[in-house]
Amino acid sequence: MQKSTLSVIALCAAAVASPAAAEKTKFEYWYGLDGYLGEVVQQTCARFNESQDDYEITCVGQGGYATAVQNTIAAFRANQHPTIVQAYDAGTADLMLSGQFYPVQQMMADFDIDVDWDDYFPGISNYYASSKGELFSMPFNSSTAVMYINYDDLKAAGIDTAPATWEEFDTAIRAIKANGKACPYAYAPDSWVDLEQFSMAHNVPVASNDNGYSDINSELLFNTTLHVRHMEDIIRWKDEGLLQIRTTQGGLNTRDSFAQGECSFYFGSIAGHQTVTNTAPADMTWGVAMLPVFEGTERHNTVVGGASLWVLAGKTEEEYRGAAAYLKFLATPESEKFWASNTGYIPVTRTGFESLVEEGFYNNPPYKGREVALESLTYTKPNNLTRGIRLGGFIQIRSEWNNEVQAALAGQKTMQEALDTAVARGNAAIAKFARTYKGKQFP
Amino acid sequence: MRRAYFKNNWIAALVVAPQLMIIFVFFYWPTSQALYWAFTLEQPWGGGNEWVGFENFRTILNDGRYWDSVWVSCVYAFFTTALAMGMSLILALFADRQLRGYRFFRVGMIWPYAIAAPAVGLAFRFIFNPSAGVASYLNLAFPGVWDPILNGDHAMAMIVFAGAWKQVAYNFIFFLAALQSIPRSLLEAGAIDGARVLRRMLDIQLPLLAPTFFFVLVINITDSFTDSFGIVDTMTGGGPARATNLMVYKIYEDGFRGLDYSGAAAQSIILMVLVVALTVFQFRFIERKVHYS
Repeated sequence: MQKSTLSVIALCAAAVASPAAAEKTKFEYWYGLDGYLGEVVQQTCARFNESQDDYEITCVGQGGYATAVQNTIAAFRANQHPTIVQAYDAGTADLMLSGQFYPVQQMMADFDIDVDWDDYFPGISNYYASSKGELFSMPFNSSTAVMYINYDDLKAAGIDTAPATWEEFDTAIRAIKANGKACPYAYAPDSWVDLEQFSMAHNVPVASNDNGYSDINSELLFNTTLHVRHMEDIIRWKDEGLLQIRTTQGGLNTRDSFAQGECSFYFGSIAGHQTVTNTAPADMTWGVAMLPVFEGTERHNTVVGGASLWVLAGKTEEEYRGAAAYLKFLATPESEKFWASNTGYIPVTRTGFESLVEEGFYNNPPYKGREVALESLTYTKPNNLTRGIRLGGFIQIRSEWNNEVQAALAGQKTMQEALDTAVARGNAAIAKFARTYKGKQFP
Repeated sequence: MRRAYFKNNWIAALVVAPQLMIIFVFFYWPTSQALYWAFTLEQPWGGGNEWVGFENFRTILNDGRYWDSVWVSCVYAFFTTALAMGMSLILALFADRQLRGYRFFRVGMIWPYAIAAPAVGLAFRFIFNPSAGVASYLNLAFPGVWDPILNGDHAMAMIVFAGAWKQVAYNFIFFLAALQSIPRSLLEAGAIDGARVLRRMLDIQLPLLAPTFFFVLVINITDSFTDSFGIVDTMTGGGPARATNLMVYKIYEDGFRGLDYSGAAAQSIILMVLVVALTVFQFRFIERKVHYS
């Protein structure tokens, strides 16, 4: 056959042209993490390129989660997009409805790559899976919210253990204040902690239809749940001087205020553990614990934050093979250990976690305490309310919440009024999203 | 007035073609795209859109938040322009009087214009920082008097100051050039008649500055509507509670962060119409009528 003759000639030509190595398949990966964490991403890419000879990954930092998604959309529309993109939780809904991706679980099956999907922590994998449980994107940098505690201040105020309930937390910050500390609690409005993780831990809904999972036309409910009580506590604490607002624009953000010993508590991602370790004075005794829950409520699992890796549509099979190899590489226990030990993020598989535990990784500083995040993520089995949030216009919803809470903190309105407005405005964003994707549903 | 004509129009077309191409690719094409999106519901990842006529505009114009943003933009435009023009006029008048060191100031005053807006924003963020910056001394003396983190008016004052500071340099160049083009003999005649410095400024220099003044005014207003993004983004992020959510920042928030391409496109079109109207206003009325010489 002529075709085979041609290919034989082509093969010979290729062999003559590059006798040393077969041509590598190149593909691109765009990520949003920046600064130190971005450098660690680059190292994973270098490790991948060294580990094999078939593929070459080019990793391009985009300087932020939001810009990574924006730039990828722009590139996608010009058909210049990368094969893999790191997309943050809030960008998930648009990607899912666009359909312009290659579901990772299917991709791995298509290329006969064996991945034990049950090995992934359900609190993590559910967030990125379809309503039927098929994983669409590869969990990568995963975190959850925890409470950071300055034990020196706590002990000085006569309290020995970390508060497990909001009532104990209230007592603790009062005692710390009475002991002469000006800033017991560093706070900045953050819907991921105050609304999303809080609602998961208390098993209360953020929105109707199982937080949006079962219907694109959902309504926000957080102005009617325990969340209101929590936010009213925050206002009260602010008015009583137990809480200080700390933002980057105002000088020190909550994490740095804590790390420099100015404030005794803050709530934030476990990913900050590394930064606090690096910046806190050596003689400061501090630690992390799970988010408090209200007395009389039952604690549930919190949910994953961070980002996952999406494989985009419109690429060649060879590039997909490369992408699959890279994702497989990231899922090995060695890679998980590399990632977890160089960043504050947590391993995403049970095997990865257990191998770290066996090595005693979490027994000593600076890594001691990071297992709290996994304890929090796996505290209960995720149910319909605690597996995650899937809402269109989620970025606007977060922004509405944030702006309204700011208005309440500034005394322009009561917290209930603020949350009512945030819900009404957020519902409009959901409706607009549903209108744009008319007739579609989350897969 | 003498004019040059090209006999051969093809050569003329060829000569301007590269420039026209650039304008087309970077201006007309994106604008037409935004215009199209403004009348459709566009899915961010592509994959379909729907013609909705004026629905996007109706939604925006019925949205109280949009009008808040318009109001905030007008407040910003008014105060930035007033502050920037007032400051630069005073500086130019004194640089023109050739006081000691005027040679240095004539060049030195232009420097701020060469600084990118985000860099200006970062510098002023430090200066106005309530707990760590220069302004923190104010809070030390009078606790709680300065709080741009929670107080919207303070945040607005902060970005007005930064925006005006950046604009002063540009205005200064124009005012100084205009002042220097005023014939010295007029001032000298005034001086001989016994007019003192302030009287000469008010009665001779300022009226003769009028054409420049109105040109700078329109440029400043336009600029504060369109070029304020970098400062808002670095200094306040539109907050607190949307107190500094200028129109141009809202477009970015809705479109790029929120992925509401159609709503943002409609807002850009409205902003564009506003700026075009200002420019037309300038050409039609001000350029023609305000001439004293």
